[in-house]
Amino acid sequence: MRPSGIESADEKVSVGAPVGGARRRTVGRASLLLGVFLTAGLLLGACGQEGPSILDPQGPRSERIADLWWVLFALGTAVFVVVIALVLLAIFRGQPGPRPDPSSNGWFAGTTFVGIAGFAIPLVILAAVFGFTLWTLSALADPDEPTSLTIEVLGHQWWWEVHYPEEGVVTANEIHIPAGQPVELKLTAPDVIHSLWVPELSGKTDLIPGKTNTMWLEANEPGEYRGQCAEFCGIQHANMAFLVIAQPPDEFAAWIAEQREPADEPAVGSIIQRGQQIFLGSACVYCHTVNGTNASGRLGPDLTHLASRQTLAAGTIENNLGNLSGWVVDPQAIKPGNKMPATNLTAEELQALMAYLMSLR
Amino acid sequence: MATVAVTEGLTRTWQRPAGIIGWLSQVNHKAVAVRYVTTAFVFFVLAGIGALIMRVQLAQPNLDVVSPQAYNELFTMHGTTMMFLFAIPVLEGVAMYLVPLMIGARDMVFPRLNAFGYWVFLLAGSSLYMSPLIDNAPDGGWFMYVPLTTDRFSPGLGIDFWTTSITFLEIAALVAATELIVTIFKSRAPGMSLNRMPLFVWAILVTSFMIIFAMPAVMLASVFLALDRLIGTHFFNVAAGGDPLLWQHLFWIFGHPEVYIILVPALGIVSTIVSTFARRPNAAYILVVLSLVATAFISFGLWVHHMFTTGLPWLGMSFFAAGSMLVTIPSGIQVFSWIATLWRTRPRLQTPFLWVLGFLFIFVLGGITGVMVGSIPFDQQVHDTHFVVAHFHYVLIGGAVFPLFGAVYYWFPKVTGRLMSETMGKWSFWLAFVGFNLTFFPLHLVGFRGMPRRYYTYPEALGVGDLNLLSSVSAFVLAAGFGLTFVNMVWSWRNGAEAGANPWGAGTLEWAVPSPPPPYNFAALPVVRHRYPLWGEDQRGPAEPDPAIRSDWVHLEGEQRLRATSGTDVLDAGLDSRIILAGPSIWPLLLAVAVGVIFLGVLISLWFVPIGAVLAYAAALGWLWPRKDEW
Repeated sequence: MRPSGIESADEKVSVGAPVGGARRRTVGRASLLLGVFLTAGLLLGACGQEGPSILDPQGPRSERIADLWWVLFALGTAVFVVVIALVLLAIFRGQPGPRPDPSSNGWFAGTTFVGIAGFAIPLVILAAVFGFTLWTLSALADPDEPTSLTIEVLGHQWWWEVHYPEEGVVTANEIHIPAGQPVELKLTAPDVIHSLWVPELSGKTDLIPGKTNTMWLEANEPGEYRGQCAEFCGIQHANMAFLVIAQPPDEFAAWIAEQREPADEPAVGSIIQRGQQIFLGSACVYCHTVNGTNASGRLGPDLTHLASRQTLAAGTIENNLGNLSGWVVDPQAIKPGNKMPATNLTAEELQALMAYLMSLR
Repeated sequence: MATVAVTEGLTRTWQRPAGIIGWLSQVNHKAVAVRYVTTAFVFFVLAGIGALIMRVQLAQPNLDVVSPQAYNELFTMHGTTMMFLFAIPVLEGVAMYLVPLMIGARDMVFPRLNAFGYWVFLLAGSSLYMSPLIDNAPDGGWFMYVPLTTDRFSPGLGIDFWTTSITFLEIAALVAATELIVTIFKSRAPGMSLNRMPLFVWAILVTSFMIIFAMPAVMLASVFLALDRLIGTHFFNVAAGGDPLLWQHLFWIFGHPEVYIILVPALGIVSTIVSTFARRPNAAYILVVLSLVATAFISFGLWVHHMFTTGLPWLGMSFFAAGSMLVTIPSGIQVFSWIATLWRTRPRLQTPFLWVLGFLFIFVLGGITGVMVGSIPFDQQVHDTHFVVAHFHYVLIGGAVFPLFGAVYYWFPKVTGRLMSETMGKWSFWLAFVGFNLTFFPLHLVGFRGMPRRYYTYPEALGVGDLNLLSSVSAFVLAAGFGLTFVNMVWSWRNGAEAGANPWGAGTLEWAVPSPPPPYNFAALPVVRHRYPLWGEDQRGPAEPDPAIRSDWVHLEGEQRLRATSGTDVLDAGLDSRIILAGPSIWPLLLAVAVGVIFLGVLISLWFVPIGAVLAYAAALGWLWPRKDEW
């Protein structure tokens, strides 16, 4: 190693154009670039817009994985810095040593260095990574306490059907769980493969036709955690979101009790009853269920408590009167390619139907 | 040295017939390889344009630049094209050009198979690109997971175009792999024992074996899917007991070796360029060779890391996690071999070497994120998100495309006789390097923030709009960088400085012949005594053959009427035979068309299978029919 200024002696070794100045410029450019690049990355990562992140874990599963990430990140950064530093050192620094005689076959030239730096050291690092992986894996296998609740989730093109079999509750695109308690999810799909992912709570598990996968899930605190499909499942894969709503246990119990009830019978002569007649007299009933009525279709989401849900069309739009009307009249404009056909209604009929649907709390 | 009379005689024997039929009958490895590489670059540009359209669509939340259907077709065609129609063919093309020159042979040992493979590639690739023209582009992703791609969920011809084109196309890959293996094993220059073989040739040998073991799996899977769709078999029909995971196993036992099939030749390119620019033999040659071979073996034992979220048993998955981490060791060995080779050499920072430096930076980062996604719990978080998109673009663009562009600058003078412009080359490199990192680095963070792959749009609430915008804008910088190299190639073809035989002062045999090489490559077939024949002994040039050996194979030279090259034994490359090579022929083209009738005909009617089979039989007869002038 010697000061970088003494370069001219080397020139006769390198064949070709004079390179000293060009090399210095390139070093400068490269380090400048590296700096800009890292700064930009860090800035963007640190103060981007608000949103969920796997590095802001809200449950024991995602916490374990975030811990694993920071170990991987530290080791990875160290390896990257050392390797790139060695490359730059090799190229830009030092006096050219005597060149090995190229005519010797050189079977073992450099073997010791490469064997240690390229084989032995990486093997130790990787063994550590693998050990930590196995440890995390076993920690994730089962929750600390036994699960208190089993929820069945079916992935459909492009919405989620959610069953609470013990409790007799069926809903869609929302998974309510008691906060602070692990729950078991049983996952399958009647059509194509989907994957359930709630970044803040857990890694993904696939929903595979003909197969039932189980996983457990827990949120530390009450709150709403956005989830979505992560396995490509067709034209509206991008609009297949859901919410995990973690509630304090008593609120959760109250929610279950409400959801078990059939839909309220509308008052005779009310606009709601008119809406119910329109609903039951239309094609809606072939796909949708409203408990307490004859509507028992199973192809689309259960609507018994539609108005209690926060979103429509699997997280595509907020659930309010305007959006619901727009959705019923022309669902293809909102979520092109989804399986719900447009409905042809007069303004009066639509108003009545909306009144009915919004009454399904 | 060969006399003028000798070279004229050789040229007469080795040139192709004139005219269009002559052009279609061309079998010479260099001409076919140039067609391979050019065609593959056309597909690269098409798939790149598709990528830019996708980046525009994703630049901000809730954009409506393309329809959801069009977006799904775009990413399907992008992935399929890059993996099947660009990455493998372009590296096969490079190998096809260089291997005979590097090992001192006059052509590949099966020149007509060469041509046949190219025509199959061209026909299969073009037929896949016919599908968007008739509004039936495949839309199931390049991985085509069932049951989404079965006829129940994906009616229409799109998926059928994919299954038939891909099955058909893999014939080309298998043909090229077979003849590369035989060529490398049987026609190396006398004296080029296995331990004197250039690292690039080792890489190609290893890759070819991987192709032979990996490709049948995807052919089998796509034939199963085609049968399910066309004649109602139940391989993947869950209701009838079929298994969706069967597809995933078959696809990824091809798909994971596939990325190493793309990477390993690139590693060979890097070793070659590093050694030349260090002006020093590759350090730890034997470890590098062993690590190439080890990569090939390990790469077949990690396909399940694509399936860490499918609910397989945890014990089983942990073996594949170990495999996924272990496979980085051979790559690490090579990285340190390059460092040792370059140590205190002060290489010239010319364009080919700049691409190699860019490769090192990007590939090391991609390798590190590769270890991360091999860790099962972490993978379950980032699987199928933009983190993985970032990871594999680091490995594939950084690991394969940057070395490929380095190879273009390095060997272009050999192919055309002219150097490429250094100014344009440096601009191209820096634009691509900066553009690449600013396109793909932010995508790691997009994945962390919960954006899955294959989403045609995303809500504002995810908070990834800014990162996506940066990525989209930078994608155009990257495209400009790559585009400038294509401009450079066209410009330098006519206007580049004369290169001479060996502009880089390299040590391998391809630089012993004039640039561009004559159709017969070597007037006097060389004898090799060193790993770097042009640096051998006094570093003046290749060793002259021993007179004793020379008298034995004088029939390989001079006023000969036969296309002949030397046949040598596998280990020590002792001269053991004279290999007579087939000459130009139109039949490879006709056979490719006939086989195409079988594969593409099924899109219209199953009757094309027997019709195509009869045609193919006739074409094979024509191909093999003995001709007087050949015997």
